[in-house]
Amino acid sequence: MPVFEVFQQAREGKAFEHGGNVVAPDADMAILYAREFYGRRQEARRIWVVPRECIVEINDPDLLHPPAVDRSYRTVGGYSVRDTLRATRGAVAGSAQPD
Amino acid sequence: MVATVDTIVEDPARVEEFVKHVQSGGKVESGDWMPEEYRKQVLRFVEMHANSELMGVLPEREWINKAPTLKRKLALTAKVQDEVGHAELLYRVAEDLGKTREAMLQDLLDGKTKFHNVFHYPTYSWADVAIIAWLVDAAAIQSQKALLDSSYAPYARTMQKICWEESFHIKHGYDMVVTMMNGTQQQKDMIQEALNRWWVPLVHFHGPPTLAEKDRDLYYRIKAKPNFVLRQEFFSKYIPKILELGLTIPDPELRFDTEANEWRYSDPDWNELKLVVTGHGPKTEDRLNLRRMAYADTQWVRDVVLGRAA
Repeated sequence: MPVFEVFQQAREGKAFEHGGNVVAPDADMAILYAREFYGRRQEARRIWVVPRECIVEINDPDLLHPPAVDRSYRTVGGYSVRDTLRATRGAVAGSAQPD
Repeated sequence: MVATVDTIVEDPARVEEFVKHVQSGGKVESGDWMPEEYRKQVLRFVEMHANSELMGVLPEREWINKAPTLKRKLALTAKVQDEVGHAELLYRVAEDLGKTREAMLQDLLDGKTKFHNVFHYPTYSWADVAIIAWLVDAAAIQSQKALLDSSYAPYARTMQKICWEESFHIKHGYDMVVTMMNGTQQQKDMIQEALNRWWVPLVHFHGPPTLAEKDRDLYYRIKAKPNFVLRQEFFSKYIPKILELGLTIPDPELRFDTEANEWRYSDPDWNELKLVVTGHGPKTEDRLNLRRMAYADTQWVRDVVLGRAA
């Protein structure tokens, strides 16, 4: 029997998160199960039910977990301005003329 | 006959309920019912944002081949890639509101829709790249952070990813500016000159001080803060950082009024802003021509992907 993945939106405006899945012979039954499992305590504002075979996973370690590629140049952590900033501040303070 | 906005009859009670919902912090998803004016207003706002991301890379791409080091080149390339990616995310949000990507790109190329004022100006040196990455992106993130609370939820969620990526741009821009301000006198002068060029466009950036009650984007909470508040927030956060580097801000009127608890500054020429964003900026035509050329050059890709006969 086909598997249907269930996504829930917990609060208004939030992203949908994967909640779990149900097994059902067709979409109508999947919706019925999802209603009962994921909707009955109002734990979700909205629910999406998606046939599992419609989900495509990108499984590419070279992209997602590159072992030896330094991509820090595209992150905030790749730049440490502390020392240069201190030197610049020091130079600015040193050059200030007393009144 | 094609239905136009004027012919769509909306139940006033339903519109009133919708307005109450968004004004009290409620969210709207793309499949929800919404008044036609709201849909058009969000579409116009997001489309302009998308156009700005797409046009914003043009002044920066000119500098990829002139970057001073390999690391700077990698970082600038990554930033350009990010910005084009933002355009893609935003055009998707806009498309869901009922205008096709082809129509949006065509309107941009025809000068029928706008993009942000700062992308209509020329760049003269690497210092412009540094000031753009630091201060233009900082001004932008001030607006974008306020959009995290937009009533249009798909836009707000997209903004989470965008703000996260923009924070790298700002950090890298700051790194470039601080490095040059710690360098030779010539480097310091270059940064000061770039700041002088960019200051007025930066003051213009958040838009004229439109009365909050006349601002439909605020009315529907498409954006959560008025223009003048965003500008004050930007000033409070960045003016001290600019000054501590030994830079001078080219506005003799600029000061913090401790009594009013706000920045005072020379009122910029708002007519210049209006002219620039309506297609009369110093680089408007060049940038649009470059975009037109790129669009024509890549026509074959769209034909192949969309399965059209070449």
